[in-house]
Amino acid sequence: MIAFDRVVIRYPRAAVAAVDSVSFDVPRGALTAVVGPNGSGKSTLIRALLRLTPLVGGEISVDGTALRHLDRRAFARRIAVVAQSEALVFPLPVWEYVALGRHPHENPWGVAPLRADASIADALHRAGIAALADRRTDALSGGEWQRVRVARALAQGGEALVLDEPTTFLDIAHEMAMFELFARLAREGMAVLLVSHHLNLVARFADTMVLLHGGRVAAAGTPTDVMRVEILEEVYEWPLLITRDPAVGAPALLPLRSRGPRSPTPIP
Amino acid sequence: MKSSILWLAIAAAVALLSVAAIVYGAVPLDARAVLDALSGRGDPVTVAIVRTLRLPRAALALLVGAGLGMAGAALQGALRNALAEPYLLGVSGGAAVGAVAAVAIGASTPFVLPLASFAGAALAIAVALGVARASGGRADPRVLLMAGVIVGAFANAAIMVLLANAPPNAVRNALWWMMGSVADARWLTVGWLCIYVAIGGALLLWFARDIDVLSLGEESAAALGVDANRSSRTIFLIAALLSAATVAAAGLVGFVGLVVPHLVRSLGVRRHRALIAGAALVGAGLVVAADLVARLARPPGELPLGAVTALVGVPFFLVQMRRLS
Repeated sequence: MIAFDRVVIRYPRAAVAAVDSVSFDVPRGALTAVVGPNGSGKSTLIRALLRLTPLVGGEISVDGTALRHLDRRAFARRIAVVAQSEALVFPLPVWEYVALGRHPHENPWGVAPLRADASIADALHRAGIAALADRRTDALSGGEWQRVRVARALAQGGEALVLDEPTTFLDIAHEMAMFELFARLAREGMAVLLVSHHLNLVARFADTMVLLHGGRVAAAGTPTDVMRVEILEEVYEWPLLITRDPAVGAPALLPLRSRGPRSPTPIP
Repeated sequence: MKSSILWLAIAAAVALLSVAAIVYGAVPLDARAVLDALSGRGDPVTVAIVRTLRLPRAALALLVGAGLGMAGAALQGALRNALAEPYLLGVSGGAAVGAVAAVAIGASTPFVLPLASFAGAALAIAVALGVARASGGRADPRVLLMAGVIVGAFANAAIMVLLANAPPNAVRNALWWMMGSVADARWLTVGWLCIYVAIGGALLLWFARDIDVLSLGEESAAALGVDANRSSRTIFLIAALLSAATVAAAGLVGFVGLVVPHLVRSLGVRRHRALIAGAALVGAGLVVAADLVARLARPPGELPLGAVTALVGVPFFLVQMRRLS
């Protein structure tokens, strides 16, 4: 649904391109994950998708229409993006925050959706947080806040969901619940694009992985194609071990001790 | 339901304050005589006092309060900063430079002064926007705030230079202008400010839904179809011009743009459509009340309006703050 085609992005006054000739597709009904070390260009791609950073070359298109031919509001009606961070200066009740997801569908003089609006209830339900509707955004835990943000994105009612590191700061249960949610949304037919540092969970849940390194695609394909020692050791510059996730059989990564004393400390 | 009763009560209070502003003043008048005077009957002196002094004065106070309240509510949301207010953004400084320059060269006629202060404010707004654009150009609201504060600091220095060697009379005039006043209200001023507040207010209400989204930050705004960069600048420009018009009409009436939006928020209003409308009402009421206090406290002398708005507003605000926490 979303296609990145030889995308090149260079920040002003930067010597090298932040993203250099990156191509991949985000199809409907699948979970596509972009991984890579810090500074590899993951978030830059998301900013470019939001048209906050201009493309130097290549093109991003939505169902064949180039992004620059797409009106911002029309884009927001089809693709919902949960940015990396967001802090509300003036807190809102959760349902009102989620209602902001309807913004691209409203005209400026229209009446804002009410508490009872079906699209809000539906989004809260799908994100599994119906019970939080009347809490204030400043009274939420980190995990709850991230789910509320996903609910706002779902209220946009689009066919694609893009998430930039949505599980940072979350504990195991909340992180798992988020990944389960993304996988479910993909199964329900949405195109889901996830930027994450969590290689093992990505390998478990994603249909396709795109590994970025220095702004280029270092590897792309199924988790088995990408999660290989020779690829990941070079990209992350750290000794690794790839094993098999005993629970589901997906490839899993174990970082080893640093190169200095090469052998890991034996467990007594 | 409960909130609509509350707002009706606030509207009634503002209406009552406006009536009080016409009935009470330095010259005690009987309510009955005021009523007659409004329709042009009765003692010609009373008619003159009511129709050419008190009525335009009350109208000007209402408009100044409404304009500053709306501008403050819009700026705080669009710039994502609870401390943002029209006067922090160089508007007041620029207007003051214009007005003080006019006073210093002895051209402070009632016609020149508003034009000079508006020109100064417009220049300051242009410089602040230009600085913000040149320094990176991204929609970081802090850049715009910084630019405004810096322009304001420059304006303050310019005022001191202008006044340093000015005759005492000019210094006094300039000082009074900077403390704000609606005492010299004329129907002409009320007329053009009315047009300004109506157009500026309508534009801010039109953008109100965008401000809701802007307050989530640049990326989330973009994700919801709002170009944060362009929208926040447009809203800054509208709000700044609106406050520049109030400054041109009545000098610097501080505190209203900063605190009125917080007062309205503490009443449970969060969406900017309602927040801007509520801030117009509460701001109008606050300035009318402050002007009433300013001229009744020490008749026939008057207190500076800009000081009284803070004196009246702060206790209110402190009570609301306690309720907030």
